[in-house]
Amino acid sequence: MSGPARLSIFAAPLLLAALVSAGAEIALNERRSAYDDMSRDNKAMQDDDTSNPGMLAVLDGEALWAAKAGASGKSCADCHGGAKASMKGVAARHPSFDASAGRPVNLEQRINTSRVQHQQASPFAYESKEMLALSAYVAMQSRGEPIAPPDDPRLKPFLDRGRAQFNQRQGQLNLSCGQCHDDNWGKSLAGNTVPQGHPTGYPIYRLEWQGLGSLQRRLRNCMIGMRAESYAYGAPEYVDMELYLMWRARGMKVETPAVRP
Amino acid sequence: MARTLINVPQKAKRGEVIAIKTLISHVMETGFRHDNMGKAIPRDIITSFVCTYNGEEIFRAALHPAIAANPFITFHTVATESGTIAFRWTGDNGFSQDASAKITVG
Repeated sequence: MSGPARLSIFAAPLLLAALVSAGAEIALNERRSAYDDMSRDNKAMQDDDTSNPGMLAVLDGEALWAAKAGASGKSCADCHGGAKASMKGVAARHPSFDASAGRPVNLEQRINTSRVQHQQASPFAYESKEMLALSAYVAMQSRGEPIAPPDDPRLKPFLDRGRAQFNQRQGQLNLSCGQCHDDNWGKSLAGNTVPQGHPTGYPIYRLEWQGLGSLQRRLRNCMIGMRAESYAYGAPEYVDMELYLMWRARGMKVETPAVRP
Repeated sequence: MARTLINVPQKAKRGEVIAIKTLISHVMETGFRHDNMGKAIPRDIITSFVCTYNGEEIFRAALHPAIAANPFITFHTVATESGTIAFRWTGDNGFSQDASAKITVG
């Protein structure tokens, strides 16, 4: 696991120069959410809060927000108050730099830090029902807000690493993320339209999954598709890539909880 | 407890055809799958959905293993009188969930 990871960090600049063909970033005004490529039915499902199945998890998340947890006996709401005001825009600016971790953390990690440090509760597992529900509830408070990655110089090296990973060929198919999502978006891959890959609506309700899933689950999906070795949930490599993807989608509107086929 | 989302118009004209949309959280485990150890995962589905309008049954559906998780059921009825439209989902392992919505017919 750490072998290929370490290789990617040191070898990325060399490989970049040698292997990436076009690798041009999509012009800001040409960017589109995968929402635009969905069928009318799927769009209607996402648009109506009483037919969007992601909203079922949001209801669970709302209950978790108000539920007391851990040795502190405090709920999220006891410190943060109503999520509508306090969590507005929060998902739109994650991953953000965490001074104690010395690196960027994503929304899920931020929630778990809060649980452990302030609620003195056990952290939620990645992709657990609770984590998905609470992160969906928090992220939904940013719905309609533009994605706004923090302008923080401390994030720069991690952003660069995320970009390098995005453009690095990997796996048995020897593909980079950019070869599909920068160079060939809008074309077909096995009957599906290749999306630009903007993380506008996570956690998403994916019909194929019959459930909610995080951005890291989606990234694993792509890596398995490239026959590359995927990282463990919460791995720094994933968070760096999330950081780059959010930067790449800067200014686009948050759609959480989005529905995708 | 399962989460439900109901969409019934709050107001309608008498005789108007109204759309009713219902969504419920449920795994709808088919009973045909096996876990990593090869053990069969027992079936756990909603088997029946009933809608009543002021106590009178107006819609019923039988659900089967091929129906996806979190079933979404939508149908139409005629708004006849003000009152309550109630929903009940029942299923395997004693599953039962109720929800209702008020409608004013003028």
